[in-house]
Formats: sequence, structure tokens, C-alpha cells
Amino acid sequence: MTTDLPDGVERRPFGDATALATQGEPVYGEPVVDGWRRWDPTRSKLGAMLETGLDTGLAGGETVLYLGAAAGTTVSHVADFAGPTYAVEFATRPVQDLLDVVDDRQNLFPLLKDARKPATYAHVVEPVDVIVQDVATRGQARVALANRRFLADDGRLLVAFKARSEDVTASPDAVFEDALSELREGYEILETARLEPYHDDHLGVVARPHDDRTL
Amino acid sequence: MTERPTAADAAWFAGLDPGDVDGGARAIRDGEADQPADWPTLAVESGTVDSEAGYYEWLREAAVHATRQVVRERERADDRQLVHAVRAMDDCQRTANELAERLAEWAGSRYEDVGSGIAAARALAERESAADADERVVSLAQRVVDLDDEAADLRSFIERTAPEVAPNLAAMAGPVLAARLLSLAGGLESLAKKPSGTVQVLGAEDALFAHLRGQATSPKHGIIYTHEYVRGTPQANRGSAARALAGKLTIAARIDHYSGDLRPSLQAELDERIDAIRERDSE
Repeated sequence: MTTDLPDGVERRPFGDATALATQGEPVYGEPVVDGWRRWDPTRSKLGAMLETGLDTGLAGGETVLYLGAAAGTTVSHVADFAGPTYAVEFATRPVQDLLDVVDDRQNLFPLLKDARKPATYAHVVEPVDVIVQDVATRGQARVALANRRFLADDGRLLVAFKARSEDVTASPDAVFEDALSELREGYEILETARLEPYHDDHLGVVARPHDDRTL
Repeated sequence: MTERPTAADAAWFAGLDPGDVDGGARAIRDGEADQPADWPTLAVESGTVDSEAGYYEWLREAAVHATRQVVRERERADDRQLVHAVRAMDDCQRTANELAERLAEWAGSRYEDVGSGIAAARALAERESAADADERVVSLAQRVVDLDDEAADLRSFIERTAPEVAPNLAAMAGPVLAARLLSLAGGLESLAKKPSGTVQVLGAEDALFAHLRGQATSPKHGIIYTHEYVRGTPQANRGSAARALAGKLTIAARIDHYSGDLRPSLQAELDERIDAIRERDSE
């Protein structure tokens, strides 16, 4: 636990143990103590990335593009400590839950769009400091490359690669190697870490865009 | 990020009055732009809104509105509608056939050359009727024809709707079988949650429970028998074909429920597997 947590994220006591927490309205039945909501790393890949000590570069108050917001479990915590947060999700069922999360958060903007087609939301999303990506489809590296246009030059990409979304039969290590080498086409990879024990066969990656912005 | 003078034209708020939530929602849903730009600043500079805070408030309202609209639209193209339609189609067909039998019996007592079935009912409905009883016979024939037409309309409704509700399942099973599977399972979500072995024998519950009571062999297929890949496979290999088909249909239903995009690779994998199964026989 060497890295600093972003402002707005703290380790708070919950019962006997301490856990990550943010301040906001509760969303998924998580425990709340003194207005701080526990951020469960087993239910959130970004939570697991913070928990494993990856240097995410998050300071708090950033503009965020969140790809794969799903029902809004993680994005609710992000909106608690970040600035304007754009939440992209393509499936209608989880989006209904996401809309409840949006109700309580003034800085959260839901977009029912396909993260593989950034042109369909580039007229709404401004350039951002951070992209958080948690999409469980094949071609996760391509999604990150396609969305690079949104990232400021010194911005950070925080992505959790899910090995099983790419190929269930190949070994996770081989899948991650492929994904990372594809990601290097547009990004410089700063740090990686496996997200066990919180998430099996997931790789957390911190990256920043190349100087070469020809994409 | 090069500065383009026309950047603001591509913005979702271009040409809108500030606070126009409906217009904003429409633009968010349907608009496109190649590159992002600093929309909040552009909105303030162009005078569209007077502050960033005002911009974000408007954006949030429009984005929520747009999302609600799309959710509602997609939910209306619902799997429930498909389930109702396929059940209604089956009822119409069954009733039409039943009435056609009654009709053939009655009409046979009054006319010489009455055939049987729906085709005979169609011919009868065309007749001129004079006597009182004849009039009733012809009128009954007309009801049979109407029911049969309704069944046909329901079928084309299913053929139109199924690919929207469950694109992968409908592509692989055909729209009507897809709708029947949804109907037997009770919806797309419950079909997606069923194991492949259950999907394989959906519609063969009688045979399955006879088997579970120890009175019969296990059924190899349920409603998926109507699929060419099962029916067209020689009997000895039908169990294998049904198992392979059910497996892929289950995956298709899960993709349709949880993700919704079309994956043609699934069909190719199934084609290959069925070819391999049929190959066995020719040796």
C-alpha cells in the first residue's frame, strides 16, 4: 500500500477491518459508516486496482470517461470522487439500474452507446483526464485504442482486461500478452498487476497515450 | 486535437436553445462526431449557455432523457410480446384445424364434393348460400379462413420481431423456433439461464418425466426437433445433433440476453459440428 489514494477515497474502518470507501448515496446495499460507502474490490475492478496498490495516477476531481459502466457499481464510486463522469454502457437492462445511480449524482452523465463506436458519442464527451475501461467483450485492446481520441496527452487509461472475454481456452498469460502488445500501438504501458484474489484471470493495466497522436 | 473553427457545429447542442431537453436528447441519441472537443467551453464561448455549471446540468438532463427513451423503446420490442404472439399463433392454428374438421363433417351432409381441412374451408367460404343451413355452413367456413389468416399474420409478425429481440437465437434457430423456445422457457432471461441439456428437451416434458419415473428412455430432443439439423440427421446420430444444436442455441440466447450483438461465428461453428456428426454416418 505505497501509493496515495485519490482525494475522496479513504481507508475507513468497517467493523474489525478497514476498507476503501467514498462519500455518496449508497447504491448496491454496501455498508455505510459516517456517510462513507464501502468500496468492495471483489465487485469492482477499479476498486481491486486501487487495493492492489497500482499507481493509478488518480488525484480526485478528474474528468472521466467510463466505458462499460454496467449497473453503475463502480461508476458510482468514481462519480463520488471525480469531476464530470461520462458513463458509457450498451446493454439496456443494467442501464436501468445505472439511471438510479445517476439520480443521486449531479456529475454523472449516462450514455447508452457502444464503446466500440466512439463516433456515436464524441459529440457529447469532452476530452478527459482518465478513461476507465471495463468491457467484457472480445477485442478489449481495440476498444481502448478506439477511445484514445478522448484522452488528454498526459491522461491515464485504467483498464481491467478480462482473459475469459478474449479466449476461454487460451491461457490468461498468453491472452494478456496479446492484449498488451496490441495496446502498445497507441499507449505506453506504465504498470500492470493481476487482480487476484479479487477477480480471477483479470489484468489491471495503467497506461498513457503515446506522443504520436496520429490515430 | 487540432483546433477546428467549425467544431461547435458537431456538438450535440448545436442549433438548440439552452435547456431544450427534448432536442438535446434527440441530438445525443442520433448525433455523431469524428473527434471530441472541449464542448463545455465551446458552449459557454458560443453563448449557448452562460456557465459550465449550466451546461453540465442541461447535458445531464438531456442524457438521462435520451437514455430513458432508448431503454423504453428497446424494452417494448420485448421478448414477452414474442411469447404472446407465438402462443396466439398456435391457438389460432389449432382452433382453425378443429373447426375445419367440424365444418367438413357438416358440409359433407349438404354438398357432394367437400374435401377436408383448411383448403376445403377456403373453397366453401367462396360459395353462394341460399338456404338457411347453407348460410351457416358458409359463415362457419369464413371463420375458419379468418383464423388461418390471423395465424399467418402472427407468423409474419414473429418473423419480423424475433430477430430484434434475440438476433443470434433467431438467426440460428429460425424466428418461429426461437419464439417457441422463448415461450417454453418463459422469456429470454430464463432461457439464457437454462443449461443446454434442458434446452435440448424443452417441449418433451412428458417423455422426460416418463423417463425420470423409470418408464422410458431419455428423450433426445424436444421442440428443437423441428430444426433441420435435428430432423435432417439420420436417426442414429440425432441425439448428437440435438446436443450440439442445443448447446449453440443456449450460447446464442445468452449472448442475446447479456450482450445483444450479432455473432455469425457461432453459426459457422455449429455448421462445422453438424457436418462432422453427419460424416460419421457415411462411413
